[in-house]
Amino acid sequence: MSTIDVNGKQIEVDEEGYLANLNDWEPAVAEVMAAAEDQELTDEHWDIINFLREYYEEYQIAPAVRVLTKAVGKKLGKEKGNSKYLYELFPYGPGKQACKYAGLPKPTGCV
Amino acid sequence: MSVKKFMYVNRKAPYGTIYALESLEVVLIGAAFDQDVSLAFIGDGVYQLTKGQNTEAIGQKNFSPTYSALGDYDVNKIYVEKESLEERGLTLDDLQHLVWEDEDDDWAEKDSIRLVSRAELADVLDEQDIILSF
Repeated sequence: MSTIDVNGKQIEVDEEGYLANLNDWEPAVAEVMAAAEDQELTDEHWDIINFLREYYEEYQIAPAVRVLTKAVGKKLGKEKGNSKYLYELFPYGPGKQACKYAGLPKPTGCV
Repeated sequence: MSVKKFMYVNRKAPYGTIYALESLEVVLIGAAFDQDVSLAFIGDGVYQLTKGQNTEAIGQKNFSPTYSALGDYDVNKIYVEKESLEERGLTLDDLQHLVWEDEDDDWAEKDSIRLVSRAELADVLDEQDIILSF
């Protein structure tokens, strides 16, 4: 099991970089993961990360991209509820990349 | 790709075996393929939908909140067999209230659970193209 360094604390991640233990998450984890991928986190990124964390809290799963897109459109406005917007924010895939930063497991239904 | 009628039949209690969780995961993954999906809960399977599950003492994840996400995945035909509930002293009120939002009806919330008799469920099963039993 590999680890990432978050402010001097060693946090376990799996072979794809997802947190081994969901409870280890803190905002700094997302910052460290994003920095490793040369990705800057803006307020727009945080909207999605926070949305994913709330979704997981309620339903105990990371949503499939299609479900995320629909739900974001409903919650944050129609102009954000499309895959173009989400892929611009998270070029490695909104499901995979945003879920990783949010400390969630890889999305169920990510085929 | 033509649309087929998929039916997932859930027959086991939620914990103690992996069947319930596996079924739920297959349903969620399969939902990406835009098929016509139904779920049926019969026998001890009806316990999967009960409210207020608490798994703390058995050290397993309580995945029952995930059933509420099925509507987001366009899975909104959830058949519960009436006799199975009655045989276990349960009623619809003991189950989670599962809903979906109808995009064509101004996002109106509609019930996903359909209470059916054993005979009615047999007819529903008869209409399916593919039946997966868990």
